[in-house]
Amino acid sequence: MIALGRIRHFLEIYRGFFRTSLAVQFQYRVAMLIWLLGGIMEPLVYLVVWTTVARQQGGAVGGFTLQEFAGYYIGAMLVNHAVFTWIMWEYDYRIRTGEFSATLLRPIHPIHKDIAENLAYKVLTLAVMLPAALLLAWIFQPRWAPQSWALALFPVTLVLAFFTRFFLDWSLAMAAFWTTRINAINQAYFVVLIFFAGRVAPLDLFPEAVQRLAMVLPFRWMLAFPVELILGRLTLREALLGVAAQLIWIGVGLALSQTVYRAGIRRYAAFGA
Amino acid sequence: MHYLRLFLTYLKIGVLAELEYRANFWIQLVQTAMELALALGGLAVVFRHTGDLGGWRQEELLALLGVYFVIGGLIRTMVRPSMQKFMEDIRKGTLDFTLTKPADAQLLVSIQRFELWKITDVGVGAALLAIALGRLSGSVGPLQAAMFGLTLLSGGLIVYSVWLILATFSFWFVKVENILVIFMTMYEAARWPVTIYPPWLRWLLTFLIPVAFATTVPAEAVTGRLNAATLALSGGMALALLVASRLFWLYGLRFYSGASA
Repeated sequence: MIALGRIRHFLEIYRGFFRTSLAVQFQYRVAMLIWLLGGIMEPLVYLVVWTTVARQQGGAVGGFTLQEFAGYYIGAMLVNHAVFTWIMWEYDYRIRTGEFSATLLRPIHPIHKDIAENLAYKVLTLAVMLPAALLLAWIFQPRWAPQSWALALFPVTLVLAFFTRFFLDWSLAMAAFWTTRINAINQAYFVVLIFFAGRVAPLDLFPEAVQRLAMVLPFRWMLAFPVELILGRLTLREALLGVAAQLIWIGVGLALSQTVYRAGIRRYAAFGA
Repeated sequence: MHYLRLFLTYLKIGVLAELEYRANFWIQLVQTAMELALALGGLAVVFRHTGDLGGWRQEELLALLGVYFVIGGLIRTMVRPSMQKFMEDIRKGTLDFTLTKPADAQLLVSIQRFELWKITDVGVGAALLAIALGRLSGSVGPLQAAMFGLTLLSGGLIVYSVWLILATFSFWFVKVENILVIFMTMYEAARWPVTIYPPWLRWLLTFLIPVAFATTVPAEAVTGRLNAATLALSGGMALALLVASRLFWLYGLRFYSGASA
């Protein structure tokens, strides 16, 4: 009974945060569209590059035909839209300006508002992202052949991918408690992520050693895994192993974010005194 | 030459200010190295599967990357910081301080900030160009070098004009603080030769946000595939955009209401 009450309590809070975020962000909708442009350009550029390579090599490269590349990159564009965060750029500003102090006064963990803000942005920009994806699909004629179980499993992996990414990114955001050099740290994280999440190229196109490394790092499970699933390129066994990997990394991310947050708060409080 | 002296003065101020923070040089070097790793990694995985990309060999793409870093570095040292301060001045109403000075406001606005350490990008780009040209077995004669210089210059002027036009929009759209991001997003596409893109995207990158003239055209010049038509187009665009950005700037200025009123 109490558990049900707590869940309803949190849903109410999330609804409140979500609606406020929607209202605030809507005022900056033009700025949001500009950020969205980046989310579209990156997969588009790599899609063109790889279809050029495939066309030169006789229609396919590394097990991907032209249409399969299109399916991969349009899928990656949408999945990335669903799972990405920008929270690691925010915390430096919040801490430096003292805005974070106001957040700390609230009787709720700051991560909840961050999740709500993240989702609000995505819901708002979906109005542009979906037509963009449809337009790209019309131009590039993607091919995707998911098995029926893959189709059913995909939403689950998408939600898990979101949390895999969010908790790890949020832990990275905590670095702002210790240094102002977050630009360099964030950039390092993103360079590694862009490769190992399969945004530069589908992971199958990398050398064997890189692919094995990608299996043990969390990034593949944030993006490449759901995309490959929905394209129908995974066996059931691979898919279930992937879900297990996602769950493991969510656990790691949760533990890490909590540990770093508590250490960071103690440091932050030390400055306030 | 009065304007050249002004430029050198602002340059000196910027350099002296940044020299105090020598740690920033090392941090910037790390960041440039990471961007280089991303670019080279992308090239490496592509060339694992093919011998050339749309007719461009690996060394030629390396030269393109070199131009990309050089222009990118020049943007980040000179153009972007000045334009960002300019947009901030419009928002806060402090553009008055620039407008009341006895020199052309557009010039002052364009040279007011200089982020010295971003020059590492230019250094890395120059190094990449040198390596690429070395590998291209010395096929760069004086004519090609001259065309390279010309296209680089017109590319730079085109980039500057586009940044000025984008920044001038903030006379009307003050809340769009990230309008300058449009350029850097499209510039990412300039890491690859514009010739491989489908016609509509090529058109976008040539006439709407003309990043093609910033990287692909100079790279074409230095790899010997530049034709006269493109060279003329590059020069023509530079001239047209310089004039257009100047006129747009003067027009936008009329809508500025400073904090002093």
